[in-house]
Amino acid sequence: MSESPDHPQIAAPPSLTDLGEPLVRVEMRSQPRLLAGTRELVGAIAKRLGFSELEAGQIGLALDEALANVIRHGYKGRDDGLIMVSLWVSEGDGSTVGAGLHLCVEDQCPQVDPSKIRSRELSEVRPGGLGVHLIQEIMDASVFEKREQSGMRLRMSKFIPHNAGTMTGSVRHAG
Amino acid sequence: MQVDITSNDANTTVAPTGDVDLSVSRDLQSALKKVMDDKPERVIVDLSGVPYMDSSGVATLVEAMQISRKQATRLVLCGMQEKVRSIFEIARLDKVFTIVDDPATADSA
Repeated sequence: MSESPDHPQIAAPPSLTDLGEPLVRVEMRSQPRLLAGTRELVGAIAKRLGFSELEAGQIGLALDEALANVIRHGYKGRDDGLIMVSLWVSEGDGSTVGAGLHLCVEDQCPQVDPSKIRSRELSEVRPGGLGVHLIQEIMDASVFEKREQSGMRLRMSKFIPHNAGTMTGSVRHAG
Repeated sequence: MQVDITSNDANTTVAPTGDVDLSVSRDLQSALKKVMDDKPERVIVDLSGVPYMDSSGVATLVEAMQISRKQATRLVLCGMQEKVRSIFEIARLDKVFTIVDDPATADSA
């Protein structure tokens, strides 16, 4: 996984309780044609937060991979499954949550053991199975878990490097 | 996404245009399979018109590479934009594929 000197790799993203109400919430059906709009929305927000063009694109890719996994493996290609995407921005104002962008992807698919969702061995060159690896490499923290009632949840966070602009246009100071 | 296919002597060039994600990767897969069926000496995949690719697109190219190796077709990727190149790097496939900068170089790669 990537590791920022300002935000060493942490085991898990902030809890939903710590994050509170999301700033953005998108409900979509499990249709591949909806991937582009959703990843572009999140990528645009990430860029405005101060992530580079490449990083913002990669955050969009991580979300795309998460959604594609739900569509292909969770809903088995069904196009009427419900997927909820939530987004938070934390300002890193001394709370336990550092400055960053946080995403949550939830579905109503049959539940699976989260420990079974993992990256495959990359030394084996074959089609498929890269989605989880990409998510883990791109994001600073990610965790798959069962939702309380039904379905699965992926929480993932990418922290904002110091000196990057924020959504309000201010400049963060290293310290 | 649109896929243009052109042939020139022993080389066949496959040039998709647009984002390659789960919604269209099967179209690229079909185009590559069709091209590979003719067992050309070299297949060049020109990605200069692809601003975005996800793992389903990468999987399509890995599949094409596996076919190419079985039939001694040389597969060359060219024209990758930075965002597309980054996914190959993250997936550690940038050293597995033959990747060159532009189509002119791909002709002799």
